[in-house]
Order: sequence, then structure tokens, then C-alpha cells
Amino acid sequence: MILAQDTAPLFDWDWVGRNLDAIWERTVEHLALTGVALTVGIMIAVVLSVVALRRPRTYPTITAATGLLYTIPALAVFALVAPFVGIGTATQRFITAEIALVSYTLLILIRNIVTGINEVPAGVREAAMGMGYRDGERVRQIELPLAVPAVMAGIRIATVTVIGLVTVTALLGLGGLGFFILDGLRRSIIFPTEIIVGVALSVLLAALIDLSLLGIGRVLTPWARGRGT
Amino acid sequence: MIRLDNVTKMFAGGTHPAVDGLSLAVGRGEFVVLVGPSGCGKTTTLKMINRLIEPTSGRIEVDGRDVMTVPPHELRRSIGYVIQQVGLFPHRTIGQNVATVPRLLGWEETRISDRVRELIELVGLEGSMLGRYPAELSGGQQQRVGVARALAADPPVLLMDEPFGAVDPIVRARLQDEFLELQSRLEKTVVFVTHDIDEAILLGSRIAILNVGAVLEQHDTPEGILAKPANGFVESFIGGERGLKRLALRAINQAGVSRGPVVDVTATTEEAAKVMGEHGVSWVGLLSGERLLGWVDGSEIEGRPLAELTPHEFLVSLRSDSSLRAALDAVVTSHARVAVVVDDGIYRGMLDLEAIAEEITE
Repeated sequence: MILAQDTAPLFDWDWVGRNLDAIWERTVEHLALTGVALTVGIMIAVVLSVVALRRPRTYPTITAATGLLYTIPALAVFALVAPFVGIGTATQRFITAEIALVSYTLLILIRNIVTGINEVPAGVREAAMGMGYRDGERVRQIELPLAVPAVMAGIRIATVTVIGLVTVTALLGLGGLGFFILDGLRRSIIFPTEIIVGVALSVLLAALIDLSLLGIGRVLTPWARGRGT
Repeated sequence: MIRLDNVTKMFAGGTHPAVDGLSLAVGRGEFVVLVGPSGCGKTTTLKMINRLIEPTSGRIEVDGRDVMTVPPHELRRSIGYVIQQVGLFPHRTIGQNVATVPRLLGWEETRISDRVRELIELVGLEGSMLGRYPAELSGGQQQRVGVARALAADPPVLLMDEPFGAVDPIVRARLQDEFLELQSRLEKTVVFVTHDIDEAILLGSRIAILNVGAVLEQHDTPEGILAKPANGFVESFIGGERGLKRLALRAINQAGVSRGPVVDVTATTEEAAKVMGEHGVSWVGLLSGERLLGWVDGSEIEGRPLAELTPHEFLVSLRSDSSLRAALDAVVTSHARVAVVVDDGIYRGMLDLEAIAEEITE
């Protein structure tokens, strides 16, 4: 055994071949955890951003609160949330995980949405009013499209952050690709192949999604090309 | 066309009204310039006309309608608006920017695209620019688009807030000239805000000089204000060189142009000598029919026939629609101390310093 282990390759392709199904399942799980966290995060961020934009005095409070959420370690969030939500059933564990993930997206998203809208040049806003846009029309047709580069930048950072954080939810029995990292570490003898697969795929996933969001952003904002955004 | 009646604007937290009981009437087709020092309330006054700022008290009418009875978005769609920052929508092409108000008014697409093409040419831009984004245009080009966008739905009234203030002086001068030319064809009712008295004199058919609180110090034609400033404030605001500024307002053909010391090339040397004597000069202009050939010095004639001489060119020649100020410049820079007026090769006459000075003092 010891001899065999000494000569074992750092990366065991046979293991990958035997576990393709599990790798696929965990990748999908990883994407699902990320997708739900971002969808919910964006919805909450939009609501809070609207509040912050309508009542600018609330903005410091909102950023302070979401900033606090951002600084709490993921593990601590699990510990704080678990007693209330429970971790008995799969659904409870899923909710606990998502609460942690969502709380990390809020600060980034809200800051970028609010900044994006606030940085619409005053002259553009004034011209839009002077041309006769109603308030709602102006926000939807002029201000939101102009905030897209900032909002997309926020979504990209939030996505990459969440893809990394999802691995930690392995501690709740979820984790997507994080499952392999944790599993590889927990074996009586550390199994590098499994850890490498978990790490490499989650990094690859983050890179691919980041690039596709970058591409979507470019398509949405043809006017911003060559302006250093 | 526009009537302000005892209009006051008090901003929240302000100690003095920004606009204090201003009354002002602007007739149809008039180009009124509101001019005054910064903070005098001229921009506030302008923005109350399209309700970007609402008056605290008083009444504002546009085309007979009290603006407060019209929903703001409807009112604004019927009034062109041009601002210093231009405010083109960066995410929309030039064509889409110009089409803004027609689209808000629900025009048909074919009518919109015809109108956009027409306007882009009207402001002197190429049709090929329609597909570009604002960031790809120079400042001067952007402001032309800004003017086209304001004119898109053919509003009878145009409000302009220092529209040429952000471009360099050379581009500004060109935009001003072009806009004057455009306005002479369109005959919009224009209210134009600036802090630059020279711009006001150049553009306005009437000028309203405002003091702090939008107190109307004088409301008159540029000519009237320069000739008779109502008070010390107006006088100091107009600044020096009032005479020169008045000259800039008048064209040469409005003043007396004299024939000057000229003879036809077929004339005898005696006749030439006589003309020089009459005008008290030592040179004479040579004409061939209505064409001005140039001038020769008396000492060059030496009894030879005039046709054999090589005349010197007049270095500066002006058209009869040039300003008297340009004529003055020509007089002081030309060797002969006269401004020569020639329209399309046809000699009109000459102006000397005395003739120009008479225009200021009369």
C-alpha cells in the first residue's frame, strides 16, 4: 500500500473517468446555487437601490448594513442562520446556504446600481426632462441603459465572488464542486485528484461565466465601446 | 408669444428670491437674449418657461397658455431646449437623438426618418453621421446635433441656455454665425441665456439685461442699449468699447460710402491730378469700368498714360454687408487709410476714418 501510494500519480485520470456523472451533477449544482443567489441578490439589490435613489438619506444606512453582511465570514453566517432556518432537511440546508451567498452579493450590486444611476451626467438628465420625458420613461429609457456598464460590472464581481463562495457550502452537504475539495481533504489520506478537479472546475466556471457576462455587457452597450469601460 | 407676469422664484432655504417679480414679454419670432452676471437668475428664468423650475408666484404664458395648466411633459415637447452641456443621450445614435421628441410624440417612422435627414443637413452635418454615437463627435458637432434635436418637432419656441459656452472660441464664432443664419430662415421665438454681452449683442434682436434677482435693468435692441445705457449697471456691464460694439452691429451699406479718389484708366493724367487734389491725397484708385484695378501713387505717374502703369492692389477689400467694425479695421491697417468696398468684383466705393466716426457720433 505505502509503495503504491508513493508511486501514485498526482492526478488520477481514471478517477475522473469513473466519476464523470458525479462531476457533471456537482457542476450543475454549483451553477444552480450561484444562479439562485444572484437572481435573489439582484432582486433585493434593485429594491434597496430604488429606496436609496428615491431617498438618498437611506443610502449610508443601506451600504453600512450590507457592508456588515459582506464582512461576516461565510462560516459564521451558516452558524448564525442555521439555528433559525435549521439544517435538518435538504431544503433547510439550501436556504441556509443561499442566505449566506445572497448576503455577499448585496453590497457590490447596490453600490454599482446606485453609482451607475447617479453617474448619469446631469446634462443628459436635464436634456431628457427638457425634451419631455415623463419621470418613469426617463429612468427606463435613458438612465437605466446608461447605468448598464456599472451594473454589469457589479454583476460580474458578484458572480465571481459567489462561484468561489459556493464551495464553502460543502460544509452544509451542498457545495457543488466544493464537495470534491472537501471530500478530497476528508479522506484518511488526502486525495489530490479530487481537490484539483474541484478547484480547477470552479475556477474555470468563474472564468467562463465572467467572460460571457463581459460579452453580454458589450453587446448591450455598443455605445460604450472604446470609452475604456 | 411668451409672457412673464410678475414672476417670482424663491428656492427652499434661500434668503432672497432668485427671481423677484420679473415681467417680460417676448413677441413671436423675436430673439431675446437674457444676459447678466452669474447668479442673476437668468437660467432660473429660462427654466421656468418650460417648467424645469416652477415659479413661486406670478404667471407665465407660452402661446397664450398658462404653463401651469399644461402637463410638464406636454409643454416641454412643444418647446425646443438646448443646453451648454448638450446632453446628447450617449447610448443612442445621432439619428436616434435627433428623433427624440418626434418619437415621444408618436410620429410615424417614415416621417421621423425624413425629418431627421432634413435636420442633420440643416445644421450642416453629413447624413453619414446619423449612425454614430455622440462620443464619436467633436464638441462643435455635438452642439449642432443638440440644436437639430431641439428643432426636431418644429417647436415655435426655442429655449437656449449658454448653448455655445463649452466650445472653443473659433468653433463658437462659427456656430453663432450658422445659428443666426438658421434663425433668419426659421424665425423661431428664441429665449437665449448668456453671460457674454458680446454674444448677446451679436445674436439678439432684443436684449434683456438682468441684475441679481433677475431685476430687469434694460430691455431694448442691441443698438438701443449701446447707444443709451439705462443706468450705471448697464453701462458697466456692457463694458468699454461701446462705439466699437455699435460699429459691429451696422453694415457698411447702412452708412455713407463715398466714391473716393478714383478715376478710370482711360482718364488723362490731369484728371487724375485733379481728383487727388480734391481729396487731398497723393494716390488715386484706377477703375476699368466698374472693376477696381488698384491704386497708383502720384509720383509714379510722371505724365505717362494711366493705362501703362502697374497699379498696386488694395490689401484689404470688404463687401458692402461687412460690418463697420471690419471697415474700421481695414482703415487702420491699410496703407491708404481707407476701406475699399467691392461686391463680386464691382466697385462700390470707399470709407475713410471720418465717415466711420460719424456713424458712432450721429
